[in-house]
Amino acid sequence: MSGVWTALMGLGDALAQHVILAACAIGLGIAVALPLAVWASRSQAVARGALGFASLVQTIPALALLALFFPILLSLRAVFGEGLPTLGFLPALLALSLYALLPILRNAVTAQTNLDPGVLEAADGVGMSFWQRLRLVEAPLAAPYIMAGIRTAAVWTIGAATLSTTIGQPSLGDPIFAGLQTQNWTLVLAGCIGSAGLAIIADALLGTIEAGFRRRDRRLWLGGGIAVALGVAAAFASQADFSGEDDNTVVIGAKQFSEQYILAQLIGDQLEKAGYRVEYRDGLGSAVVHRALSSGNLDISVDYTGTIWTNELKRNDNPGREAMYERIVEWERENTGTLVLGRLGFENAYAFAMRRDRAQQLGVRTLEDLAAVAPQMSVGGDPEFFERPEWIAVRDAYGMRFGATRNFSPTFMYNALDSGEADVISAYTSDGRIAADDLVVLEDPREALPSYDALLMVTPSRADDARFLAALRPIIGKIDVRQMREANYSVDRTDGDKKTPAKAARDLAKDIGLE
Amino acid sequence: MAASLAFEGVTKRYDSTHALAGIDLTIEPGSFVALVGASGSGKSTLLKTINRLVEPTQGRVLLDGEDVVTRDASEMRRRMGYVFQRIGLFPHMSVGENIAIGPRLVGERLTADRIGELLELVDLDPAMAGRLPDALSGGQQQRVGVARALAGDPTLLLMDEPFGALDPVTRDALGTRVRDLHEKLDLTTIMVTHDMAEALILADRVLVMDGGRIVADETPNALASGGGGDVAQALVAVPRHQAQRLKELEA
Repeated sequence: MSGVWTALMGLGDALAQHVILAACAIGLGIAVALPLAVWASRSQAVARGALGFASLVQTIPALALLALFFPILLSLRAVFGEGLPTLGFLPALLALSLYALLPILRNAVTAQTNLDPGVLEAADGVGMSFWQRLRLVEAPLAAPYIMAGIRTAAVWTIGAATLSTTIGQPSLGDPIFAGLQTQNWTLVLAGCIGSAGLAIIADALLGTIEAGFRRRDRRLWLGGGIAVALGVAAAFASQADFSGEDDNTVVIGAKQFSEQYILAQLIGDQLEKAGYRVEYRDGLGSAVVHRALSSGNLDISVDYTGTIWTNELKRNDNPGREAMYERIVEWERENTGTLVLGRLGFENAYAFAMRRDRAQQLGVRTLEDLAAVAPQMSVGGDPEFFERPEWIAVRDAYGMRFGATRNFSPTFMYNALDSGEADVISAYTSDGRIAADDLVVLEDPREALPSYDALLMVTPSRADDARFLAALRPIIGKIDVRQMREANYSVDRTDGDKKTPAKAARDLAKDIGLE
Repeated sequence: MAASLAFEGVTKRYDSTHALAGIDLTIEPGSFVALVGASGSGKSTLLKTINRLVEPTQGRVLLDGEDVVTRDASEMRRRMGYVFQRIGLFPHMSVGENIAIGPRLVGERLTADRIGELLELVDLDPAMAGRLPDALSGGQQQRVGVARALAGDPTLLLMDEPFGALDPVTRDALGTRVRDLHEKLDLTTIMVTHDMAEALILADRVLVMDGGRIVADETPNALASGGGGDVAQALVAVPRHQAQRLKELEA
């Protein structure tokens, strides 16, 4: 338990960011929902349209809604210019506000339609103007119902805000996602306790305000309101950055697996030594990272040749390792302005892996052998694998058809293989668990799988920054696959000597001679 | 000075049906007029063209010689008292705040004494000012409704089935009270009712409506002696028959 407590104590910044994000989203939701509800009370068509739209939004999974704002904002840059952020606070705020809209709007509209028609006739009859009627009669009578809607919205928003980690906005989702990837359940638990606790506190305070409105008890609603305002103000105060954003702050992006967390940390440490201030955006989707880098929302990322080759260059041929690297450097320079500073040294390629006993029993050594027995087998892959050209290339090259196809998060794939839920998985060659679990990596005699050299990528605006690049160069070409596997395994292992990504990064730095 | 009213060709159409089929009518200052008729006869609609809760399709309504549409609706309504069947007290305001609402809308504050005085006018204890409407009986609530209508010193009192939801004893008492206030405060009063007995007893002019038209315009005396035509007499027949039955029971 003391581990959870320590982890909770380390969540201050994530908690403050979470509070700020949720408060702003609910605030924006209220600001849109209330005028809309007033309009809806005067027009049936508006009421139907607004409620229909809000209900539709609610059916979109929160994660998808967050993800959708990335391309939306990217296309809006045509209107608002290149300065429009596409990752982080803005898309998270917009998506969560949309999510908060429905409960507030529905309660406000319901409250208005349920107002006693006699009371409204009296309001007109005594000569109230539109605004007097709204302020003196409709608002006070609808307030408890609207507050109940805001309460529901707050609980939803605080929960859904944990997902904003995936689009680069720090939140209490950070420990949850990081913990999930590195099998650090203490961290996951701490994130859950933080987020649930926050939701419970918000619900209680907003419930106090609601009760105050219902009983027309000014002390009650004023007290609840002040408590909420103080909490939000404290979150803002703790995050106020008096030094200001400047050229010295570097944002490093990381995708959702241990290697990325470790390398981000390694690069971050190196830059801090050179006097930079470093921020991390962890747990991003693969395509998001590439675009965020070229659009300037990230300064640095680690990407892989095979990923860029297929996702960005849209190629599915395999020209060989060197040719692919050189073509990508050239393509990035010409098309995105992103600088490919160099290769880190190791490859993290897709490969197919099986348990040794199972492979021997079936006599499977290569992908050709696998294709022959595949119809009786079940294959596990990470969520994007079966959409990727690598899979399609293997499938077409070997005529591979599996009996069953299952998606796992990268961490759970190995557990699935171990427990027999999957017979073969799409493994990564730098993964420490290949050696640790004594897995067999199947040979690829037809060279269907492309190479995956790890690349250090730098955002266009820093491509000519000599001091910045000098701080990064010592990492280039230094990390071989054995060292990376070891570092990855030290984070992924669930027993004994498990390390945090930060600790693994420090040990790796020592290992490759960065001091 | 009590208000005068005139209707000039006032017509109200909903789709193809005539709720009001061209009403021409003059109402003298200080008169107590009852509008009587069956449901759907147009009596409520006619009343609401005065305070513009209903806007006529054609024609105009003149208040003290001035077309009611020339003034801001809210401002004009504050000069008229309005009492209606659903009462419509504001449930989140105390009795006193309900009574003072009209003056408050134009930035005036009624003193506690004035609120007490208004409560006394409708036979309520001034100490009730601090209570919420929920704590009052239906009859008490409508008395507050009348006090609220009188708070702005109106010259015209509009009442739409004001006593329809009250028990007969309360109804009789409050009706008599309103008639007294009509005299005392020098009001012009228009009351919509479906109860001919109430109209005959309280009003000094009874208008009978049918199908959006005024089919009879008589004094209570004339109606009681058989005037006003068939529709009016069918309505008068009800209380007359009741009175006869009572007399037979007494005998």
